[in-house]
Amino acid sequence: MKYTYTDFKSDQEVRWCPGCGDHAVLAAMQRAMPRVAEALGYEKERFVVVSGIGCSSRLPYYMDTYGFHGIHGRATAISTGIKVANPSLNVWQACGDGDALAIGGNHFIHAVRRNIDINIILFNNQIYGLTKGQYSPTSKFGAITKTSPYGTVEHPFNPGSLVLGAKGTFFARGLDTELKLNEEIMVAAATHNGTSVVEMLTNCVIFNNGAHSTISDRATKADRTIVLRHGEKMIFGKDRNKGLVLDGLKLKVVTIGEKGITEDDILTHDAHEDNIGIHTMLADMKYPEYPVALGVIRDVADVTYDGGVRMQAEQVTAKAKIHCVDDLLRSGSTWEVK
Amino acid sequence: MQHKVIDVKDVVIRFAGDSGDGMQLTGSLFADMSAVYGNGLSTFPDFPAEIRAPHGTVSGVSGFTVHIGSGHISTPGDFCDMLVAMNPAALKTNAKWLKRTALVLIDEDAFDDAGMEKAGFRENPFTELKIEDRTIISAPITTLTYESLKDSGLDHKSIGRCKNMFTLGMACFIYSRPVEYIFGYLEKKFGKKHPELVAPNRKVLQDGYNYASNIQAIPDTYQIEPEHKEPGIYRNITGNQAVAWGLLAAAEKAGLKLFCGSYPITPATAILEELAIHKSLGATTLQAEDEIAGICTAIGAAYAGDLAVTTTSGPGLSLKSEALGLAVMTELPIVIVDVQRAGPSTGIPTKTEQTDLNQVLYGRNGECPLVVMAAHSPANCFDAAFNAAKIALEHLTPVVLLSEGFLGNGSEPWRIPSMADYPEIRPPCARESDRGSFKPFERDPETMARRWAVPGQKGFEHRVGGLEKNHDGVLSSAPENHALMVRERAEKVSRVADCIPALEVDGPQRGPLLVVGWGGTYGHLSSAVAQARSEGMEVSYAHFDYINPLPKNTAEVLAGYDRILVCELNSGHFAGYLRSVLPQFGYMQYNKVEGQPFLVQELVSAIEDALKR
Repeated sequence: MKYTYTDFKSDQEVRWCPGCGDHAVLAAMQRAMPRVAEALGYEKERFVVVSGIGCSSRLPYYMDTYGFHGIHGRATAISTGIKVANPSLNVWQACGDGDALAIGGNHFIHAVRRNIDINIILFNNQIYGLTKGQYSPTSKFGAITKTSPYGTVEHPFNPGSLVLGAKGTFFARGLDTELKLNEEIMVAAATHNGTSVVEMLTNCVIFNNGAHSTISDRATKADRTIVLRHGEKMIFGKDRNKGLVLDGLKLKVVTIGEKGITEDDILTHDAHEDNIGIHTMLADMKYPEYPVALGVIRDVADVTYDGGVRMQAEQVTAKAKIHCVDDLLRSGSTWEVK
Repeated sequence: MQHKVIDVKDVVIRFAGDSGDGMQLTGSLFADMSAVYGNGLSTFPDFPAEIRAPHGTVSGVSGFTVHIGSGHISTPGDFCDMLVAMNPAALKTNAKWLKRTALVLIDEDAFDDAGMEKAGFRENPFTELKIEDRTIISAPITTLTYESLKDSGLDHKSIGRCKNMFTLGMACFIYSRPVEYIFGYLEKKFGKKHPELVAPNRKVLQDGYNYASNIQAIPDTYQIEPEHKEPGIYRNITGNQAVAWGLLAAAEKAGLKLFCGSYPITPATAILEELAIHKSLGATTLQAEDEIAGICTAIGAAYAGDLAVTTTSGPGLSLKSEALGLAVMTELPIVIVDVQRAGPSTGIPTKTEQTDLNQVLYGRNGECPLVVMAAHSPANCFDAAFNAAKIALEHLTPVVLLSEGFLGNGSEPWRIPSMADYPEIRPPCARESDRGSFKPFERDPETMARRWAVPGQKGFEHRVGGLEKNHDGVLSSAPENHALMVRERAEKVSRVADCIPALEVDGPQRGPLLVVGWGGTYGHLSSAVAQARSEGMEVSYAHFDYINPLPKNTAEVLAGYDRILVCELNSGHFAGYLRSVLPQFGYMQYNKVEGQPFLVQELVSAIEDALKR
């Protein structure tokens, strides 16, 4: 490979708290980028990392790429402008759950709807960290935080449902401790043509420690999560003997070898299925009823916004009679004074 | 019967009717036709925000004023020579604008009991409005339109829609306009998609013309000789169209693509619509999900190397405030076009004002200066937009260009320039010698502008953002660095003054009174000053196209007069700004905040009063 992860590391001191989940996501991104450059044949200067405001949004300063640290919630709009202006760039975006889903919720759903070719890495720690511990739109119902001392009385967003509801073409989920998996997901996201949303479940050691510990603890992780890969059986568990089947209109966890269940009965993951039904069910799975799905849940091909813009411009230009501003000024009704 | 044809220097015609009566089209066709004929002209559309306000009511009246003349025309005129009133409500709302000698053309079919009641008339509307001494031409326009088109094959509703063409035909006769121009227009508008509408519209237009020539009610007809203008190719252009074209021209001169990220908002939307057409000139438009996304996509596009713009009006500008700060902090070249309307809040969306000046000067957090300019006439919007883009690109700063609903929707004839006469635009691009050691906030010692490196350029990787940084682009909260950067950003904006034209004075350089204006009041103020002078008053006039920074000779100009009268369509924003920037002078004010342009007459009185004080 032409680049290694050190090529994407800037000389800036990383200022996240020790033990913050963001460190691991940054490391995965720095490892994924050389592979993306290789896969797409891109030089490093074609990578741009954009962010909004929040702890995770400091990320562009730590990448030795072009970077834009925006304002709260607006990263998606800035990324959109960059990509439309120059579609040959590989645009990445780092944003948190508050940034992307509260103040920036509108831009987020519209980017997904347009399917513009950007890669959104959504750091979900279910808390506002930079402002020191208020609940976010992904905080669990009843979460006790500084602004909800008696527990929240509002339902959280599931980022996957939002993406799929907007007919997103790519959704994946990673977990901060899973460096290899995260790297694999990011390569898939960056090589996907269209809006890729990667939800990174991250821990906030200071304000929401153990945010995802029910599924991330080493001892129980294998039983409480399932890693989905296109074309592979939906099997999980420490002993690799649990799987997912369809029971009527719902998913169900079964044990291979029990009640006559064999590996053949287990569903095979199809990330390329256009219908969002099964992907929605997979993205919605919550422990303890289900394992939490990690990996690439959805990856389908569709027309992209930036591609559409370019194609339309070419078509219109091919037929146009106006090729310069002088042509334009003299078009339509004019008259001459002699 | 033989009509007498009277030569007149100029006339003001106001077409008024229900908001569904097609008055905007009628008025603009009459204007275009007069422009092609060679008259000087100025137009003023004045319509309600509702697409179809309650039928026949006063609130639903839509008007379009055309002022045409054989000399240069700089305002749509205060009072009208002819009012076309398609219903009683239109007569009621516009009667106050009638000259003593005015003609009033009404559709008598609409003056039935129901129509009179909706407009709130009890008896004879002319007596009630005290305009019975005007020349009233009462024609059964609706009936005649149905009669004209009874064999056309059009349905009842479609025929009803043609009555504006009958009226236009009558107006063409009265003002000696050839209807052939309209024929050509009808062919263009309907020829392809609705060829069945061409012949009926032609017929009804011609029938209207013939009807007017046959009836006895029209005492005289009028002729307005073409203006003796500088030779060249001319066209009629609205301010919004001119802004769009000026931006395209700047992109061409800079060798850049144009990106426009905008959200539809009255009265600025036509700029986005116009740019959306011109993909063949490298324009990309993005109809954003909201105003904030409009400016943020533009900021992204500017970072990526486009000439980026966003267009809006007052409420939209409020939403863009935080992102404007980001553009100031990242020092990226974007143009923000604000076509002002009556506020606050939603205000009166279709009415004109100059009430956003304080917002663009001061409406951001932190020390956040940017360049503020204003266009002064519909055609001037072209040069203003070109210059705004040139300054943004060459000084790497956001520039706010203030337009007004009055300019955006208004139109005037424009001698088409040649792009060869416009200067090149040369942004301060990153130098080859900086490859590998690019410092994003190092400045050109002369302009104080930083250099522009865009993603894709090898060896210029750097980060920008809303946090304070040092020259190297590294985050810094050091007090001395912050003070330095605040000073430098302000200095960069104030040095734009080195590149803008000096303030010109219309009239003597010294005297008892200087009238000061900015933006779209130019036509009214210059006419008022000319009139005041012709009445023997001693008055000079200075009009500001550049507001921040001010032209370098501003203090020198202002020092020449005993009194300074600042006239603007707000409560005194520019006067307040001048007081804070140039406190050594005293300023008098003339202000109007009615959602309407000035009247020349009221300005002349204000000048007279100022001279007396």
